[in-house]
Amino acid sequence: MSASSPRPAHLTEAPVVRALLIGIAVVFLAIFLVMPLVLVFAEAFRKGWALYLEAIVEPDALSAIRLTLMVAAISLPVNIVFGLAAAWAITRFRFRGKQFFITLIDLPFSVSPVVAGLVFVLLFGSQGWFGPWLQSNDIKIVYAVPGVIIATLFVTFPFIARELIPLMQAQGAEEEHAALTLGASGWQIFWRVTLPNIKWGLLYGAILANARAMGEFGAVAVVSGGVRGLTNTMTLHTEILYNEYMFSASFAVASLLALLALLTLAAKRVVAWRHAHHTRQSLDVQPQPQPRIAAAAV
Amino acid sequence: MRTMTADRAGPSAPVRRRQSPGILPGFGLSMGYAVLYLSLLVLIPLVALPLKASELGFAGFWNTVTAPRVVASYSLTFGASLIAAVINVVFGAIVAWVLVRYEFRGKSLVDALVDLPFALPTAVAGIALTALYANNGWLGGFLESTLGLKVAYTPVGITIALIFIGLPFVVRTVQPVLEDLERELEEAATSLGATRSHIIWRVIFPTILPALLTGFALAFARAIGAIGEYGSVVFIAGNMPMVSEITPLLIIAKLEQFDYAGASAIACVMLMFSFVLLLVINLLQGWQARRSGRLA
Repeated sequence: MSASSPRPAHLTEAPVVRALLIGIAVVFLAIFLVMPLVLVFAEAFRKGWALYLEAIVEPDALSAIRLTLMVAAISLPVNIVFGLAAAWAITRFRFRGKQFFITLIDLPFSVSPVVAGLVFVLLFGSQGWFGPWLQSNDIKIVYAVPGVIIATLFVTFPFIARELIPLMQAQGAEEEHAALTLGASGWQIFWRVTLPNIKWGLLYGAILANARAMGEFGAVAVVSGGVRGLTNTMTLHTEILYNEYMFSASFAVASLLALLALLTLAAKRVVAWRHAHHTRQSLDVQPQPQPRIAAAAV
Repeated sequence: MRTMTADRAGPSAPVRRRQSPGILPGFGLSMGYAVLYLSLLVLIPLVALPLKASELGFAGFWNTVTAPRVVASYSLTFGASLIAAVINVVFGAIVAWVLVRYEFRGKSLVDALVDLPFALPTAVAGIALTALYANNGWLGGFLESTLGLKVAYTPVGITIALIFIGLPFVVRTVQPVLEDLERELEEAATSLGATRSHIIWRVIFPTILPALLTGFALAFARAIGAIGEYGSVVFIAGNMPMVSEITPLLIIAKLEQFDYAGASAIACVMLMFSFVLLLVINLLQGWQARRSGRLA
């Protein structure tokens, strides 16, 4: 970030203009970003610690927390395997339709989560394609936990692949080819060469995917049916409490999610920094100056 | 992962190698797995959407997606998204400029904070913004008593939520372009006698224009998506039919009446809008890449 080194006077604005612009930026961010964040914690603690804790250890809230953690714990490894497989296929081989394949991976970013939830209701709902068959075999997917997991997988699967594809493309396959020449097997190449090279990118993508998995609302709202203590995730529990005017309890649960967001931001920073550091060291190339926005885009 | 170790090179590896997608092993396994996963999770489910909508027939489909209440929700989406994207481009550019060009205390904190809307679950943002702008909220009460402006449960509130969602897209698109801007350009312009405002409008602005447009399109697309995104908007919208009712809520309402075909029809229209926007963004990003390539 060479641009942040101090500039000579003739290449920057007058001090008044600088102060004014900084002021505008800071006030804008304070109003639009900081205030909502502060409000979450202020509302959560407004009636004191005791009620805050009560709202969180209450059975429905605990079961919502458990479900959210479970969904994240299932979707994360599945997403990691898919991300690695897709990135390996796309960046290490030539094949027809590669661009189409990449577009397909981007798709969930342009599909509204509500629409994502809808398609699974169309497939697995009681009037859906597989509805009668599922019913006769006594399997519940929609309005049950499996539906919540499938919908979460749909909205989160691109995150890791989209981090890894540009990274592995930039790194090239020379090291893997060298390992192959030296007689390494496929899995040896993967574990000893590829994985150490991409570990920071993988971790970065995993952090983003995890944040989305735990915070997903729209898709899950459609497929979960909101059965308290059974299919309610933390975001759905927050919504229900809010709609019942139990604001303090609602914001208490929301504050846990906000805390998760802050942790995600901090972890993202650390990993992006390590990643840039690592890339510079091992490849001697210019790292990307900013964490790419690709993963979260649209 | 480990359980798959068994079929490492696989008996069919030599055959694949002859077709030669590349010399490294694992093409069949990784490609096969990724394609299967995508087909099961994305392709087959999405095909269900137009198939279900087609049950309505053309006339039925058209009537569903052009019903006055539905059309009102589209125009609400477009209007609010457009205003939010314009506001975001102006302030996002200022934020990016300040972060790249100036030194001040707490700068790295401000920089980290910009990503907050990416990380904060949409439902949390939704209830926080609603509580903030409700008439008994910190800002809502002030705005209503001084300006007579009602924010929560009106289209203004929706716009505010969309500003929150879209801001990081503009900042994170413009920031790297500003960072790559060569100091020599400005030095040359100065030595040729240009004033500072000249340099900003004639040198810097044209260079970052493609990035600004991309950021605008991303923020706009995200805003449209965010209305699809639902969580951040549904609380503050108030959902009055014809006034502040958002499109995904109509889908959910139709689902609750078991009108699956109608819900699918509206979903198809939303999908089409987002594909068109995706195309525009890809074109803009291509333009931006060509521009920066030529300048470098």
